[in-house]
Amino acid sequence: MTSNTETWAPGHGPDVPALIVDRLSATLDGSPVLHSVSCGVASGGWLAVIGPNGAGKSTLLRALSGLIPYQGTVIVHGRDAAALSRRELSRRIAYVPQNPTFPPDMTVAEYVLLGRTPHLAYLAAPGHADRRAADEAMELLVLAGFAGRRLATLSGGERQRAVLARALTQRARLLLLDEPTTALDLGHQQQALDLVDRLRRDQGLTVVTTLHDLTAAGQYAERMILLDRGSVAASGTPTVVLTEERVTAVYRARVSVTTDREGRPVVTPLRGSVG
Amino acid sequence: MSRPRRAYLIAVLFLLVALLSGALAGAADLRPLDTISALLSRIPFLPVHSGLSPVNDAVLFQIRLPRVVLGALVGALLALAGAGYQGVFRNPLVDAGLLGSSAGAGLGATIAIVYLGGSGGAAVPTAAFAGALAGVAVAYAAGAASGAGTANLLLAGLAVGMFLTAVQTYLLQRSTQDLQQVYSWLLGSLSAASWHQALQILPYFCVSLLMILPHGRHLDVLSVGDQEARALGSQPARIRLLVVAGCSLAAATAVAVGGLIGFVGIIVPHAVRRLAGTSYRAVLPLSVLFGAGFLVLADTLARTALAPAELPIGVVTALIGSPVFVWILRATRAVRT
Repeated sequence: MTSNTETWAPGHGPDVPALIVDRLSATLDGSPVLHSVSCGVASGGWLAVIGPNGAGKSTLLRALSGLIPYQGTVIVHGRDAAALSRRELSRRIAYVPQNPTFPPDMTVAEYVLLGRTPHLAYLAAPGHADRRAADEAMELLVLAGFAGRRLATLSGGERQRAVLARALTQRARLLLLDEPTTALDLGHQQQALDLVDRLRRDQGLTVVTTLHDLTAAGQYAERMILLDRGSVAASGTPTVVLTEERVTAVYRARVSVTTDREGRPVVTPLRGSVG
Repeated sequence: MSRPRRAYLIAVLFLLVALLSGALAGAADLRPLDTISALLSRIPFLPVHSGLSPVNDAVLFQIRLPRVVLGALVGALLALAGAGYQGVFRNPLVDAGLLGSSAGAGLGATIAIVYLGGSGGAAVPTAAFAGALAGVAVAYAAGAASGAGTANLLLAGLAVGMFLTAVQTYLLQRSTQDLQQVYSWLLGSLSAASWHQALQILPYFCVSLLMILPHGRHLDVLSVGDQEARALGSQPARIRLLVVAGCSLAAATAVAVGGLIGFVGIIVPHAVRRLAGTSYRAVLPLSVLFGAGFLVLADTLARTALAPAELPIGVVTALIGSPVFVWILRATRAVRT
């Protein structure tokens, strides 16, 4: 094999960034929420968006998914997102909100199959290929035995896997996850993030997550941006972004930052808040 | 057999039984076997001779059958409109009469009866049809003006409906001599059924079905909420507009020939969900079949229970519908908890 570039679709090469965000600004109900945010992710990378409540993390993810209007430029795998149709964008970006809606009586199989929506023509019904894509995703997320179960009967961790299976069924190369570990206990948080990391490596996906848990963010993400009141306060590798002074200043929290055996930052909150 | 396939089989059998009992039961004393042979004799190339006298033959083919067919069409439209609205509003308690269509139809019919006097009878279906569509249009415009989202649309429909009903009540108070006629229209009836009427609504029936039925999958996508639906590549506003338009056409057509017949739009889709699951890909077409059968049975009961007198069909659907509905609510609660 001389070169593997031919196995990549145009704009999907390993050297083409999966996502470039250039001076993105967004307004919600008349008040500005994001101010000229710029960032990027290499193909196959993991970017964590961190920052205190109200910093604009979720708004950034929703803007990138084309769910709210914005100024500035978003380039997805070499294509201007603004020039893509709703369906084309959804074939490139899968978005999972912080609190997904789970219709209680829908079965897991039906729910996962919704991921095929951007691939189906308006009048088309899901066919064998669509069902196979859904089955494969359920297989990957160990949900094969759950196909006929109603969503109302699933635990928090199982629901998280169901919504990830739906996102995988979408076959988008870019996965935007808004706080994927809320409502999960410590063990399930770790399982969920490990799962996303495995999918990223095995399926060649690019991952963007917002995360409140800074230590977890430092464990999984290769790059981070720290948002403070809608602007980028810092960006770079976790070691660069997660310093004691910066976390203290932006989060107004007393913390100590140490490093684990692999040199990744560990953020520990300390008693006694910043006055 | 898969769950939807079994449901379709039951639906087709139910509809056939309903149609047959509608053809066999009635005030005129037609012997069942003769009636069946009369029906079979109309099938080309089948060597069966009608066992009915010419008079009874006319009773069957000019009085009973058009009414059965019209009942099936109206029932299908009411159930489908109810199911469609429920999908659009993500609310299983929404009825076909919602969004101002019932109130608009009531006002339209009242205006025709009060102001056109004796000649108003012929204009009632047209006036009810126009009133229903106008009611929905006003409610939709008011709901859209107050912002996106289904809650606003529902509230606007409620407000418009109350306003139109108030106007109708005012008109009626001023001309109490028309009360009887308006009242009997409001309760719904298929007693004026004819082949002409059935043919007249057929195009509207077909257009409604073509507008609503292809949206089953899209309504399933809407069930995860507008934001996630859009993230999945769907366009909720466009789907909502198309389905609401189709359902309103269906409801207006049904109300134009049948008057206000309540409950069909709620109980039929609910029964279907219990049989076939909640996916609208199955709920919509099954509602058509079960709605048709249900209304034919209700109408058969309406015209035979106190024969030769007739019960208003709206009374029958409510008499059957209310207890069934309460039972469904109880059963659903039992499943949830």
